[in-house]
Amino acid sequence: MTWWHRLRHGREMEEQLEKELRFHIEEHTADLMARGIAPEEARRQARVALGGPEQVKEGCRDARGTRRLQDLSQDFRYAIRMLRQKPGFTAVTLCTLALGIGATTVMFTVIDGVLLKPLPYPDPARLLAVHGRSATWNVAAFGEQNVAYLDYLDLKRECRSLAMAGWLYTGGTISEPGNAAYVEWREVTPELFSVLGVTLLAGRTFLPEEDRLGAAPVAILGYAFWQQRFAGGLAAIGRSVVLDGTRRTVVGIARAEFRLDGEEPDIYTPAGQDPAKYLQNRRAHPVGVLARLAPGATLGQAETELAAVGRRLAERYRDTNAGRGFEAQPLRPDVKQVQATLWLLLGAVSLVLLIACANVASLLLARAVSRQRELAMRAALGASRGRLVRQCLTESVVLSLGGGALGVALAAAGIRPFVVFWPGNLPRAEQVRLDWQVLAFAVGVSVVTGLLFGLAPAMRVPARNLEQVLRAGVRTVAGASRRLHAAFVICEIAIAMVLLVSAALIGRTLLRLSSLDPGVNIRNVLVARTALAPATLKNPARIRTAWDEILDGARRVPGVDAVAAVDTVPMRQGNNQITYWINAALPPENELPIALSTCVTPSYLRVVELPLRAGRFIDERDRLETEPVIVIDEVLAKDAFGGLDAVGRQLWMPDMGSRPLRVVGVVGHVRHWGLAADDQAKVRAQFYYPFAQVPDGWLRRWSELMSIAVRASVPPLSLVEPLRRAVRGANNDQVLYQVRTLEELARSSLARQRFLLLLFGVFAALALLLASIGVYGVLAYLTGRRVPEIGVRMALGASGADVVRLVLRQSAGMILAGVALGLCAALAAGRILQGLVEGMQGGTADTFAAMVGVLAAAALLASFVPAHRASRVDPVRALREE
Amino acid sequence: MPEKSDLPQGTLDLLILKTAALGPVHGYAIAQRLQQVSRDVVQVPQGSLYPALHRLENRGFLSAEWKQTESGREAKFYRLTRKGQAQLESEAANWRRLAEAVGLILQMSEGGAE
Repeated sequence: MTWWHRLRHGREMEEQLEKELRFHIEEHTADLMARGIAPEEARRQARVALGGPEQVKEGCRDARGTRRLQDLSQDFRYAIRMLRQKPGFTAVTLCTLALGIGATTVMFTVIDGVLLKPLPYPDPARLLAVHGRSATWNVAAFGEQNVAYLDYLDLKRECRSLAMAGWLYTGGTISEPGNAAYVEWREVTPELFSVLGVTLLAGRTFLPEEDRLGAAPVAILGYAFWQQRFAGGLAAIGRSVVLDGTRRTVVGIARAEFRLDGEEPDIYTPAGQDPAKYLQNRRAHPVGVLARLAPGATLGQAETELAAVGRRLAERYRDTNAGRGFEAQPLRPDVKQVQATLWLLLGAVSLVLLIACANVASLLLARAVSRQRELAMRAALGASRGRLVRQCLTESVVLSLGGGALGVALAAAGIRPFVVFWPGNLPRAEQVRLDWQVLAFAVGVSVVTGLLFGLAPAMRVPARNLEQVLRAGVRTVAGASRRLHAAFVICEIAIAMVLLVSAALIGRTLLRLSSLDPGVNIRNVLVARTALAPATLKNPARIRTAWDEILDGARRVPGVDAVAAVDTVPMRQGNNQITYWINAALPPENELPIALSTCVTPSYLRVVELPLRAGRFIDERDRLETEPVIVIDEVLAKDAFGGLDAVGRQLWMPDMGSRPLRVVGVVGHVRHWGLAADDQAKVRAQFYYPFAQVPDGWLRRWSELMSIAVRASVPPLSLVEPLRRAVRGANNDQVLYQVRTLEELARSSLARQRFLLLLFGVFAALALLLASIGVYGVLAYLTGRRVPEIGVRMALGASGADVVRLVLRQSAGMILAGVALGLCAALAAGRILQGLVEGMQGGTADTFAAMVGVLAAAALLASFVPAHRASRVDPVRALREE
Repeated sequence: MPEKSDLPQGTLDLLILKTAALGPVHGYAIAQRLQQVSRDVVQVPQGSLYPALHRLENRGFLSAEWKQTESGREAKFYRLTRKGQAQLESEAANWRRLAEAVGLILQMSEGGAE
């Protein structure tokens, strides 16, 4: 029999117990009667021998071991009865808790999905990322270095402790089936899916014999792309797609949840089929390498082995691999950019939850104080203190679990909108969902909050001096709880202060950032990535002609004022970081200063209205055969030449060829990293170089990265369709993608700040409301307790105004203490925000003063109502109550 | 009537198990038999008999069943389980060891007084 069974069959057990004892007494009576004792006397003796029937029964119940559980269910029912008696109190408490717990649960769900869950591959702890490492590589500026394709092949062959796979990031144009469109394309090695341990939705992965030049062209489709192009039909397998002019047979379809480096590509092809020269060059490092530890192998073994292979390669290929090594790290999702925001929001939400707790605690405390006599009475009748404390805690946990259940419902409804409203792309958003971990969290939070706000009232269960409590009645007790009430109010106000100041700081920051000059005229500029016709890409001369034709065609669209080609667009749309030096004697590569390069055609100056400070911009005279030129921005002019006399000087850039570059002009600085981030960006210096001077060998790669930028005299988005038609090309396979306006980009560069402001604003408003309710509740309660005293004061001649002052003085003390505490905490919170939010500046005195004003006004307003009520106490009635 | 002594702590359980080992028996019969066997030397507190029975049942040493008595009345009969048998043996062995040890100590002190 389980305890559960015993508990459920409680009534049956009781009846049997009763029957068993009755049998005992009757048998004993019969025996005594047989010895000649009179029936009445026999029954009495039998009863006395057994002892008090209730005590025996209690003993048996205890022995059954379900005692605690029965108490619990009794307390539970009692708690529900108590709560139903006061529906108003219960509703307010439940709503407060539901809001607090719901908001916390939403934040936890997101954090759990994005930051805490392991990668969605089997046995993710054994997956590694392999990076290249060399003394001259600037990791801080450029991030981890990828691996050369040939190096990857050597590593894969020679490392026994690792199963390796690689992938290359690229893009292309799909021209069949359906309309031509740009696709996210990844060239992968055949082992990729098996190393990650994932299977395909349908079809097969690439075969080893397909991973070489000249093998039958094949492709695997991404799930979303397959849905879109083949409407999710399994007949897609065996059909063909035309990718960058090559017809490929579809052999497989990836699963919907499959992500590679956090993204869902449209199409995969075998890397070995790519004839590109850079894959055969050990100086180029394009391959992202993933690995799974072989059974029994450790990370240490893998590292040793990688280092050994690295040394061998360095000896074998001295000119390309000298000083180059390889490292392995556990594979982790890349969530750095959102981590800070998420923890920040969880912190803010927890503060709201704390206020909710303090609020509920003070409400419960008020009730506990009025129930003090009841509790004392029960203690006097023999209830143990532990039992009473348990009962009080059960009540608060019942409340909090109810609030938690409502909160989870709120969270279930709120989680999707939250993810959708997230500025930009929330990485791993597909992992964010309510699951048992989240439910466990919600239950845990509920129980902890229940204990947290139930503890103070439970501690008021009387332990000693019972008769004193019983005799004294309620009034004298109230004074003792006043300090505790004040503590709650002070905490609530302090926390509300922190949230208010934080919201105000973010608001001011946003205001300041929005008014910053981006450095270009962002109005009426449309930018769109452009993919040339795949057939064009094979021949440099044809690429140049194609670009001329695209720009020409676009310029003829009515409403277009100017068109330019450009590789990276302001507001963080891509960046190319290039090292430079001011003379031919170059220091080691990782000590060189870095500048952002932008490849443009001459009319770019007009399109974005870049201010020309000195010299000239790039123009039609800059051809492949003339001296290579650049135009630098003010920051680079200052960094490299210390002023504006830069025109005519030269810069050396190893990545741009061996010839020095002539500076022909200086332009204004552009906030490339976005309005918020540019001031703190590590690399701010910028320069522009002519597209016409890009060497033939690079043209294909460059073309893949170029956008067109259009200055419009009409609303720019209305030009999208005419532009698409104008650039489509003879074969209808040149496409525009990622079409955006500069205004949109500038706005989204502040999206994070705007999002934080919205949430902090909501939290601060909530905190203000809850704190006001808290102040009101506590003061109403405390003043209510003081009615007789106020009656005496008024009978002795105090006026209504005196009484109002009396009450307000009491609340002003608490508010002042809360504000003082809150200001200190808010200063610290401001520091944290400055560290985590781009463009954030410390608070000014007026921000703090304004928020103190708001909070103090709200709190005083909340305390005025009880004060006013107190001033209208009828002294005669009050004294009679005494 | 000779003076009755209280049961040492934990002995009641042992006595109950021993009684139940002789066959299924109800609470009143256990009380009777304990009293008879111990020849009224040991005071069996009837009030603590039933909690002890329930505790032993709860721990799986006894199993209970409602059955007819010889007089045709329904009573709750307790029977020793396999687990209870093992418990009885180890408790009894413990008890004998303890009794022996106490006896030795007592003889020793008597010897010392001579």
